[in-house]
Amino acid sequence: MTEELDLPGQDSDAGSEEVVLTPAELIDRLEQAWMNEKFAPELLENKSEIVECVMEQLQHMEENLRRAKKGDLKVSIHQMEMERIRFVLSSYLRCRLMKIEKFFPHVLEKEKTRREGEPSSLSPEEFAFAREYMANTETYLKNVALKHMPPNLQKVDLLRAVPKPDLDSYVFLRVKERQENILVEPETDEQRDYVIDLEEGSQHLIRYKTIAPLVASGAVQLI
Amino acid sequence: MFCERAMELEDGLRQVLEEMKALYEQNQSDVNEAKSGGRSDLIPTIKFRHCSLLRNQRCTVAYLYDRLLRIRALRWECGSVLPSALRFHMSAEEMEWFNHYKKSLATYMRSLGGHEGLDITQDMKPPKNLYIEVRCLKDYGEFEVDDGTSVLLKKNSQHFLPRGKCEQLIRQGILEHVLS
Repeated sequence: MTEELDLPGQDSDAGSEEVVLTPAELIDRLEQAWMNEKFAPELLENKSEIVECVMEQLQHMEENLRRAKKGDLKVSIHQMEMERIRFVLSSYLRCRLMKIEKFFPHVLEKEKTRREGEPSSLSPEEFAFAREYMANTETYLKNVALKHMPPNLQKVDLLRAVPKPDLDSYVFLRVKERQENILVEPETDEQRDYVIDLEEGSQHLIRYKTIAPLVASGAVQLI
Repeated sequence: MFCERAMELEDGLRQVLEEMKALYEQNQSDVNEAKSGGRSDLIPTIKFRHCSLLRNQRCTVAYLYDRLLRIRALRWECGSVLPSALRFHMSAEEMEWFNHYKKSLATYMRSLGGHEGLDITQDMKPPKNLYIEVRCLKDYGEFEVDDGTSVLLKKNSQHFLPRGKCEQLIRQGILEHVLS
């Protein structure tokens, strides 16, 4: 399997650059996205290009296997590989769905207030799912309880009722690209802001909020 | 977890709603009195009742939402058909919520990747082996494997089957993974 895959470039300046990835690099990217998503407290930017390419890849592999000779050792090894990739992909998508369901009012609000040109955290299908989940839950609560309540209490502000993701939670990370002058905000009143440099290859335990943009840009990897 | 019966859900909920109605009506009359009769000493009572009302609303919604979350978990554990024992404990509206959720999830899964989609309720654990040793706990009948051959799943029979195919049956309690 030495075909290369085309992935549309991440930047949105004039036209789309094609980034060509080998299958190994693609799986690497999937695993990175998977780990980041698992350890980040909030929903990260959606990587549907990676999802699509991986699914295509799995399809290829399946077709190749069908044509291969039965009983060949390679078949088993490839099958294992496919199962592993499928697990990582499913886990990644499950993680995202769980976060969407857990924080649904906030996720939808963020999407509503997103500016033009800013990348979305939700794929169109995830957005539809989130909307349906919200409508389903609201209808249920209204019909079972709220409409039987006194007139001034028939609404529940879900944005206030459902907790927001805790961006202050601590995460482990490994630095991929050297960063300078990261401002760390104090936790208590006695501490003050201080500035740190992140050396390439070093590992840290730090508050997610401080390094959230670095996760999005790929400069650090959550572990 | 589901030891309350649907009846009790109705009863408890109804009591809470009735209490809320009573509180609200008391408050209404007091508010009117306070406004027209100038009885501002009623205001603390009004505020207190309003707080009780808000608390009742919060508790009710929290209870109902928690039940919804457990029902959602059922879809992921048991699949799209719920065992009838559990269905007995759910109200009609909860069943409706479950059906909507099921449909939403199915639409989402079908949209993944462009062909037939990906069933992400499978592959819940990292795969260790391609094939696993399983023992049949209940009579199931014929079960077809990938290459067309079929196996007869009789109670207490043991088989060496592809892991992916067995996952669903293991979750349903028909097969048991035998760890050597």
